[in-house]
Amino acid sequence: MNFEAVKAIYRFEMARTWRTLLQSIVSPVVSTSLYFVVFGAAIGSRITEVEGVSYGTFIVPGLVMLSVLTQSITNASFGIYFPKFIGTIYEILSAPVSYFEIVLGYVGAAATKSIILGLIILATAGLFVPLHIQHPVWMLLFLVLTSVTFSLFGFIIGIWADGFEKLQMIPMLIITPLTFLGGSFYSIGMLPQSWQTVALFNPVVYLISGFRWSFYEIADVSLSVSMGMTLSFLVICMTVVWWIFKSGYRLKS
Amino acid sequence: MSPIISVSGLSKTYASGFTALKSINLGIKPGEIFALLGPNGAGKTTLINIICGIANASSGEVLVDGHDIRRDYRTTRSLIGLVPQELHTDAFETVWATVSFSRGLFGKPKNPAHIEKVLKDLSLWDKKDSKIVTLSGGMKRRVMIAKALSHEPQILFLDEPTAGVDVELRKAMWDVVRTLRASGVTIILTTHYIEEAEEMADRVGVINRGEIILVEEKAALMQKLGQKRLKLHLQGKIDAVPTPLAAYNLELAGDGTELIYTYDTRSEHTGITSLLSDLRAAGIRFSDLDTTQSSLEEIFVSLVRA
Repeated sequence: MNFEAVKAIYRFEMARTWRTLLQSIVSPVVSTSLYFVVFGAAIGSRITEVEGVSYGTFIVPGLVMLSVLTQSITNASFGIYFPKFIGTIYEILSAPVSYFEIVLGYVGAAATKSIILGLIILATAGLFVPLHIQHPVWMLLFLVLTSVTFSLFGFIIGIWADGFEKLQMIPMLIITPLTFLGGSFYSIGMLPQSWQTVALFNPVVYLISGFRWSFYEIADVSLSVSMGMTLSFLVICMTVVWWIFKSGYRLKS
Repeated sequence: MSPIISVSGLSKTYASGFTALKSINLGIKPGEIFALLGPNGAGKTTLINIICGIANASSGEVLVDGHDIRRDYRTTRSLIGLVPQELHTDAFETVWATVSFSRGLFGKPKNPAHIEKVLKDLSLWDKKDSKIVTLSGGMKRRVMIAKALSHEPQILFLDEPTAGVDVELRKAMWDVVRTLRASGVTIILTTHYIEEAEEMADRVGVINRGEIILVEEKAALMQKLGQKRLKLHLQGKIDAVPTPLAAYNLELAGDGTELIYTYDTRSEHTGITSLLSDLRAAGIRFSDLDTTQSSLEEIFVSLVRA
C-alpha cells in the first residue's frame, strides 16, 4: 500500500478546498440558510407539523442530504476531471499507485469535505430550529455512507465527462430534481397514493428517509430498506469504478 | 551489461485503427543518454507513454531493471521520472507544493533537503513560493523537470525537454542533464533539435512510422553514415566547373572562389587523390582546404526519407 501517495492526493485535494473556501463551504451554507428562510419560515408558517415534528425541524435532514449529495458529486467529479482537463493526470497514471489508492485519495477527500459541510449545515440549522438527534451513530453512519457513495458516483462522472457541460449535467439535471422529489421538504406519505409508488423508484427517498429516522425516528421506508439501498448503490458505484480502472476507460488510450 | 530498459515486440494500435508502434525492440543501457529521434507522429511519445504506464500496449513486453511494467508496476514506475512534452501544471499551486506532491505520489516520505537541492540545481529556489501561473514558459519547464526528479528516479524520460525554450535556458538544461548522467541516472531523450542529440547523446535511435529503423552509438553513426565535405579555397575565381571535372559532382560556391566535393567516408576510394590530380591538370590551384563532417540532422533526414 502506497500510503504516501494516498496522503499526497488527499492533502492536495483538501488544500484545494481551503483555497476555495468561499465556493466549497460558505456558498452551500448560505444557500441552506436561504432554504430555511424560504421553506422553514414562509412555508413552515402554513405547515405547522409533519408527523409530530415542526416543519422547520422536519426539513433539516433533507437539507443536509441535499447539500451532501450535490457537494459529494461536485467535489469528486471536479477533483478527477480537472487533472484530466489540464493534463496533470499523466503524473497519477505514471506513479506507482494502485487504482484503489487513487480512488481512496480522491474519494476520501471529496467525502471528507462533504461530511464537514454536512456537519456545518447541521450546526447552521441549529441556529434556526431546535435540533435533537435520537440516533447520532446512525446519523453519522448515513452521513458517511452517503458521502462516500456519492463521491464515488461523482468520481465516475468526472471520468466520464469530456467537458464542463457534462460535468454539471448529472448534478443539475438528475441529482437536484431527485433530491427535491425525494422527500427533502415533505414526507412521501403526504403524496397521493399513486405518487407514493412512483416516489419509491427514487433512490434518494431511501437516503433521506434513513437519515431522517436517525433524527426523529420517523421514516417513509424501514431503516433496513434504507440501509440496504444505500449499500447497494455503494456496491454499484464501486463496481463501475473497478471496471473503469480495469478497462482504462477515458483514462488510458 | 544487461539493459535497464528492455522493449520486446512492442506494438500499439489505437481504437481508431491507427498503428503507432510496430513490434518495437529496443534496449537502453544503464547510465547512458539515449536520444530517440523521429518526425512528428513517428511513435516516440507513444513508446514513452507505454513504458511509463500512461498508455496500454496492444502486445509485447517491457522490462525495467528486469521487472515487467504491468506485473511489477510499483517497482518499475518508482524507478522512472517523466518530463512530458506538454507543460501540464497545476497553475495555482506553488512550486514547492507541486514538487512535494510529486514526491509523495511516488511513495517517498517528505525530504525537504532533497526538494531544496532539486530546486536549487534547476535555479528555481527563489521561485519556490511562487504560484506556477506566474512563471515563464522556461521556468514551468524546469518545474516539470523538478517534479520528475523529486522522487530520485534512476531513469529519466525527457520528452522534447527544450521545446520552446530559449538558447540560454536550453544550454542550462543540457548542463542539468549531464550532471544527472554523471550521478548515474539513465536518460532517454526525445527531441526535434538534432543538435541536442548531437551535443549530449551517447546513442541515437531513429523511429519512423512506428518502427525503430536504427540504433547506433552516436559517434559510430556519424562516422558510418556521415558524409564529408572537402572545401577547396581557390586562388582565382572561376565561372564554371571545368568539363573534365564533371564526374566529381563538384559544387561551385563563394562566388566562384570555392569548390566543394562531397564524399563518403565509408567507401574504399574517396576520390580525393584523383580529384586533386585532375584539378592540377585542369590548371586550377587552391590556397587552402578544409573538411567538415555531416551533421546528425543531415543523417536523420536521409534516414527518414529513405
